[in-house]
Amino acid sequence: MSCMCIEKRTELLHHKFGIAASAEQKVIALAGNPNTGKSTVFNALTGLNQHTGNWPGKTVGNAQGTFTHKGQSFLLVDLPGTYSLLPNSVDEQVARDFICFGQPDVTLVVVDATAMERNLNLALQVMEITDQVVLCVNLMDEAERKGIEINIADLSKKLGIPVVATAARQKRGLEELQERLLDVACGNIVPDPFMLRYSQEIEQAISELELKLTPLLKGALKARWVALRLLDGDDTLLQDIERYMTEEPLQDPSLGREQEVSPSWPQA
Amino acid sequence: MAKKVQNAVPLSELVPGSKARVLTLSAEGMVRRRLLDLGVVPQTIIECVRRSPIGDPTAYRIRGTTIGLRKDDAKQIMVEPIIE
Repeated sequence: MSCMCIEKRTELLHHKFGIAASAEQKVIALAGNPNTGKSTVFNALTGLNQHTGNWPGKTVGNAQGTFTHKGQSFLLVDLPGTYSLLPNSVDEQVARDFICFGQPDVTLVVVDATAMERNLNLALQVMEITDQVVLCVNLMDEAERKGIEINIADLSKKLGIPVVATAARQKRGLEELQERLLDVACGNIVPDPFMLRYSQEIEQAISELELKLTPLLKGALKARWVALRLLDGDDTLLQDIERYMTEEPLQDPSLGREQEVSPSWPQA
Repeated sequence: MAKKVQNAVPLSELVPGSKARVLTLSAEGMVRRRLLDLGVVPQTIIECVRRSPIGDPTAYRIRGTTIGLRKDDAKQIMVEPIIE
């Protein structure tokens, strides 16, 4: 997010998400379905440079870790494993909030190579929210054992985002993964994610809403995605926009409660 | 416009070992959302894997993952059994 002042983001990450990123660090959100080896990827990338705690005010664990690639420091934030980013549960809401409002430089989506059909649902949802996406097809070793072949180059072309095959347990593909993260974080690669088109009626409604939303959002969120959520009747998004995107805390008693939660890092 | 299908049954009536193709989803709200996220969309093939000792919930194989569904939720998924 080049349009956003880095200092402001550092502050936002610290206060709203309990994450301490330094100004020069690139922030990567790590998303994925449960059981895709997401945590293995996290551990393989960050090694022992980790810090675990909770999301502020939520009983959902969060892990943050750092790694350096070619002199660039990265802060990797492990999000809860979810099947979806539509906020049915606290886990899903945490994951969505961070991708939407935490302004990560890149969102890395880890998918299970043996269950692509199920896993790509989440990837498509992330791609609706942000263009800054890298896909990591993990558990390639298991897929090979099961005789599953995945055409990575074709997948990357169809999705319009960098795709890397990994077997994090054997530390395979991690070098390339770091390379692609650096590419996207620094703008060497500008992903152009495939956009899911809905039925004509829905598309019509989206374009009407987009017209009104674009000037309001000022590029902070994708108007198309917000339009879709509004059509979905998702009220939580409106509350979240108020919580994360308004400059001054509103004089609303329900927001007052949020402020009592310590914004500092939970002590391990 | 619902297409009439001769042998539409609720998923809950599938016996362990049999398979069916999803026709429609009558669940609403959160349950509907959840089922769609788990990959229960029309045309999906679901296999009934096994029933728990008390008869509820039942494990189903959906798009490569085994998922337990309560009878009340499975009732809201209309399927067409696949005879092999």
